[in-house]
Amino acid sequence: MSEHHHHDHQHPKQPDLEDQPITYYKVMTEALAELLIEKDVITADELRNQMEQQDSRSPIFGARLIAKAWADPAFKERLIADVNGAAAEMDIDAGDVPIRGVENTDDVHNVVVCTLCSCYPRSLIGLPPDWYKSRAYRSRTVREPRKVLAEFGTVMPDDIDVRVHDSTADLRFLVIPKRPEGSGLMSEEELTDLVTRDSMIGVSVAKNPA
Amino acid sequence: MEAKYYVGDAVNVRRAFPPGHVRTPYFIRGQKGVIHEVVGTYSNPEELAYGRDGKPALMLYRVQFRQSDVWPDYEGSNADTALVDLYENWLEPGEGAV
Repeated sequence: MSEHHHHDHQHPKQPDLEDQPITYYKVMTEALAELLIEKDVITADELRNQMEQQDSRSPIFGARLIAKAWADPAFKERLIADVNGAAAEMDIDAGDVPIRGVENTDDVHNVVVCTLCSCYPRSLIGLPPDWYKSRAYRSRTVREPRKVLAEFGTVMPDDIDVRVHDSTADLRFLVIPKRPEGSGLMSEEELTDLVTRDSMIGVSVAKNPA
Repeated sequence: MEAKYYVGDAVNVRRAFPPGHVRTPYFIRGQKGVIHEVVGTYSNPEELAYGRDGKPALMLYRVQFRQSDVWPDYEGSNADTALVDLYENWLEPGEGAV
């Protein structure tokens, strides 16, 4: 370290989890969990296991589905019709909530939002990012989708349908991004690396081959 | 259960503001759209939310709206659309419906 850096000042202490305010909902969540365990509705291990399961999901599952769809047009048709069934073919558990694949083409760019809460295809792309749950994303994506996309660095031509899917009910949506140009000779495994979480939400496009 | 609407049918979303748990977003109430997909029947979420059995089940649709209809000052393209999942109890036959 440089001699000029004298440690005569204090850095603010990095707050521990418990240093943040205990909100109403945190109290309610803890109380509910404790009651369910006390009354033998669930066990502590089941609760822990469920949290572990939720945290274990990641965009890699969705990326594998997209890469296969790019490589295999028949699989893509099945993925569009029934994501859960297509995922099962690859031994991926997409859960019980029906998921629809929505395909980006030269005429349509799809983007997903849940204006009411934060519905999201968690089984295939993990937990939603904080911005997906924010009021700003939820309200602005239906109101001015092109501006929101531009803030994510995604600019779409005027003549295509920027199509917003509001996931309000019993369905979830997985965007099937366009296969990038120049990826024609890549293997399915290599293609997987081009599929990002944000491209499956629709705020971005798939990566270009290096 | 038989669907009341089919793909391509014009529908209007009821302009209603009932209290309680409702899955029809405010911004789409009173808007005109077109049936994009007949999804199938699901327990009524407006009942499930209160611990009841959700029966009778409701037909769920994906309804497509033109963004320039939904937002009179919409600044995007005329090509832009929004697809919203709506239960049958929120839909009425739209203009031009048979």
